[in-house]
Amino acid sequence: MSALDPAGPRAQNLATLWWIMLAGSAVLFVLVMGLLALSYIRPEWLSRLSAAQWIVGGGLVLPLPILILLTGTALVLGEQLLPRGAAPISVEAHAERWAWRFGYPGSDLTDDGTLHIPAGEPVDVMVTTADVIHSFWVPRLGGKIDAIPGRRNVIRLEADAPGIYWGICAEYCGPGHDSMMFRVEAHPMAEYRRLREGAS
Amino acid sequence: MSAPLSPIALHKQLSRIWGTPPGWGRLSSVNHTILGKRFMLVALLFFAIGGLLAMLIRAQLATPHSAFIGPDIYNQLFTMHGTVMMFLFAIPMFEGLAIYLLPKILGARDMAFPRLTAYGFWCYVMGGSILIVAMLAGVAPNGGWFMYTPLSSRPYTPGINADVWLLGITFVEISAVTAAIEIVVSILKMRAPGMALARMPLFGWYMLITAGMMVVGFPPLILGSILLELERAFGLPFFDPERGGDPLLWQHLFWLFGHPEVYIIFLPAAGVLSTIIPVFAQRAILGYRALIAAIVAMGFLSFGLWVHHMFTVGIPHLALAFFSAASALVAVPTAIQIFAWIGTLASGRPRWDVPMLYVAGFFAVFVMGGLTGVMLAMVPFNTQAHDSYFVVAHLHYVLVGGFVFPMLAALYYWLPHITGRQSLYRLSVPAFWLILIGFNATFFFMHVTGLMGMPRRISTYPSNWGWDWLNLLSSVGSFILTMGFALVLADLVLQLRFGKPFRRDPWRAATLEWAMPTPPPHYAFAALPRIERRADQLRPAEIGPVLARGDGYLGFARDGQMETLGVDMVSGEVEHVIVLPHPTFLPLWTALATAAFFLALLFGQYWLAPLAAVVVVALFLCWPSRLGRTDDLGPVDIGRGETAPYDGEASGNICVLANRTALVTNGTLFASLLFGGLFLAVVAPN
Ligand code: HEM
Ligand SMILES: [Cu+2]
Ligand SMILES: [Cu+2]
Repeated sequence: MSALDPAGPRAQNLATLWWIMLAGSAVLFVLVMGLLALSYIRPEWLSRLSAAQWIVGGGLVLPLPILILLTGTALVLGEQLLPRGAAPISVEAHAERWAWRFGYPGSDLTDDGTLHIPAGEPVDVMVTTADVIHSFWVPRLGGKIDAIPGRRNVIRLEADAPGIYWGICAEYCGPGHDSMMFRVEAHPMAEYRRLREGAS
Repeated sequence: MSAPLSPIALHKQLSRIWGTPPGWGRLSSVNHTILGKRFMLVALLFFAIGGLLAMLIRAQLATPHSAFIGPDIYNQLFTMHGTVMMFLFAIPMFEGLAIYLLPKILGARDMAFPRLTAYGFWCYVMGGSILIVAMLAGVAPNGGWFMYTPLSSRPYTPGINADVWLLGITFVEISAVTAAIEIVVSILKMRAPGMALARMPLFGWYMLITAGMMVVGFPPLILGSILLELERAFGLPFFDPERGGDPLLWQHLFWLFGHPEVYIIFLPAAGVLSTIIPVFAQRAILGYRALIAAIVAMGFLSFGLWVHHMFTVGIPHLALAFFSAASALVAVPTAIQIFAWIGTLASGRPRWDVPMLYVAGFFAVFVMGGLTGVMLAMVPFNTQAHDSYFVVAHLHYVLVGGFVFPMLAALYYWLPHITGRQSLYRLSVPAFWLILIGFNATFFFMHVTGLMGMPRRISTYPSNWGWDWLNLLSSVGSFILTMGFALVLADLVLQLRFGKPFRRDPWRAATLEWAMPTPPPHYAFAALPRIERRADQLRPAEIGPVLARGDGYLGFARDGQMETLGVDMVSGEVEHVIVLPHPTFLPLWTALATAAFFLALLFGQYWLAPLAAVVVVALFLCWPSRLGRTDDLGPVDIGRGETAPYDGEASGNICVLANRTALVTNGTLFASLLFGGLFLAVVAPN
């Protein structure tokens, strides 16, 4: 269930972004707290700095390059994660209080709370809702996307290996929100084909 | 004027004029010192209620599969916790602080519209009570503090719960809008003579920008609430996609308010820090002008970020990029402030005291919240962290770090001003450490819980995903935190009871509020000073006795009138004498009639609502009758050998400015409506 234990290339990218940001944040945090401590313990080390140096240095020179670099990286990453072009496989995830139902091309929605996908293959999930807003989230495979009444949202997921990955509704949707979980089962491609043929 | 009076005689005369009657008469008070204290006291009460709800939440989540509270109650608990903390604690708390402090820091005898202060206070108390009573009756709002549609629309929340939120909060928001207008006008027009804008203490600047943001920030929420209530009551389709509406319209309107809202909460706290830090650094603040620029930048930027609460709703990626970059950019004015504060300490001769403990706590907690904020602004990461416990952690680091810690610093710093007694400090230090440790134990691990997949707003969780020990730790932490707050409370009681009285200015501060006796008299200043330099570099201990002698402007009592000075907005030169209203029950009656209006809507008695509205208007029309005069007197003596006309004879008086400010609020309300219409026409699915 953990986003820190990614099981696909997309979740892997997001986790990498997180670890980079965590490291950077830790450095910045130590820097700020260190300066604060120094101002009490060793004020003479800092007393040469002028007002302009504090404000321009700390307020512009320090954050701007970091922010530009980070935002740029995140934007590029975000573009890569977008569901561009049609993925070979596209499935439906339909939310209705308080369960998820899944549909495949040419078949009805299923009721067993399990989404079957092939492993090693990008899959587009079309997310819709019958009632209120829900959110489709499988932390180990990628981020989340909301299911909004009147709209169809798409999220692209990918699992590296066959296995079971849990998902959960991430947008508060009423008294059953706690239990609106589902499973994603990734199969080897051949098995997935057999499964789909058997179903239709 | 006749021969100068002794300070004691002057004090007696002014006290008689400015005093509030005893007994039931207290309810007629319009005095900023009294109302500021009442605002803060009631806000503290709501903080206790919100904290109690948080304890219940943490008790429920301490273990997996908990059967302590079911989802129905749990949903009311977290909705009420968020709502109480944001609308009934944080906003009224800084309003109260501003109402108490602003006239004193700026050198005026009261706020611009004392009866409006009182009316706002009653609206706050009554609106808040509606929410609390609803909670005790088991029909509290349960849609989350941002009340997303269609979950909060009639089909999915058939009961009264959502109406309680929409009407109760709108009722409370009246107090926010009136306070905002009043703060803008008081800051711009009611400073001590000579206090040009460029000499105003930073607290004034922070509150000016905050109030300006409130003037344009609250209308979208008020509009959204009106539309949603109309939809709920009369079936209009604003947020229903089947009939041409769009649930996302609510999200836009809510966050158009909701994002500026968190800066509206942070800026007053930052104003407190900018006031306290120089005192303990024993030097003037670094970068006065840069800070003003940073506050203004924050004010503007904060209105361009609201979509970062909606990164996962499926909006075009260009918009995502824009809002992501804008969100990252607010880190710049924030960093400017942080480094200006640290630089002030580093280049001064910093000393320790209890307020500084909380300032240090603020740095540690708020900086961490800011860093996770930048992380969340990165869209790809946001798709993982959004609506998980990572966000719960982030928002508490920012709100508790950026508001509660500074307010605790403010409490220890200004409580001697309110009570006239110095702190004892037996319990202050252990209380601080309990709060700091308890806070981090509660919330630090929530970052991890969230990334491990735990969504927010769930009442139970299974035990197979490794969330158990993290949640248990958070719950234990929250009880340590509560013990810390309990110790602070005990500390306050001890101070009230045993604290030693002091002469004047215990902190060697540099702003005017300490240039008065403590506890402050109702009239605040026996005479108003002339300011010749930056008003955050004054010597209150020297100015105080001079003013108490009546040596300054208006250092006398005239015709039993409550007088203070109106100045030019920019230069701070005297323009006119403002005559303020005496205590009156009118604000209370008007607020009661307003309550009748909201209760009529709440209980669906639609015939009663227009009647109540007529009564409200009629009562408002009674307000002017007791003020103003029918004849022109020409310039009158204001002391120091100068003269000025009364406000009624001056062109740019406070009423003109207040009306202009109110027009801006109205304009924003209609602009929001226009935005809503365009949004439905262009972006909505049907
Ligand atoms: C006294 C210590 C506090 C504790 C232990 C605490 C605990 C919590 C917890 C556990 C939640 C998540 C509930 C859930 O998602 O199911 C929460 C939500 C929230 N808290 Fe706090 N909190 C505290 C103080 C505050 C303060 C001081 C503020 C604001 C000034 C605040 C504002 C909020 C908001 C806005 C939410 C979101 C509510 C929602 O999801 O609708 N909290 N709090
Ligand atoms: Cu759901
Ligand atoms: Cu849900």
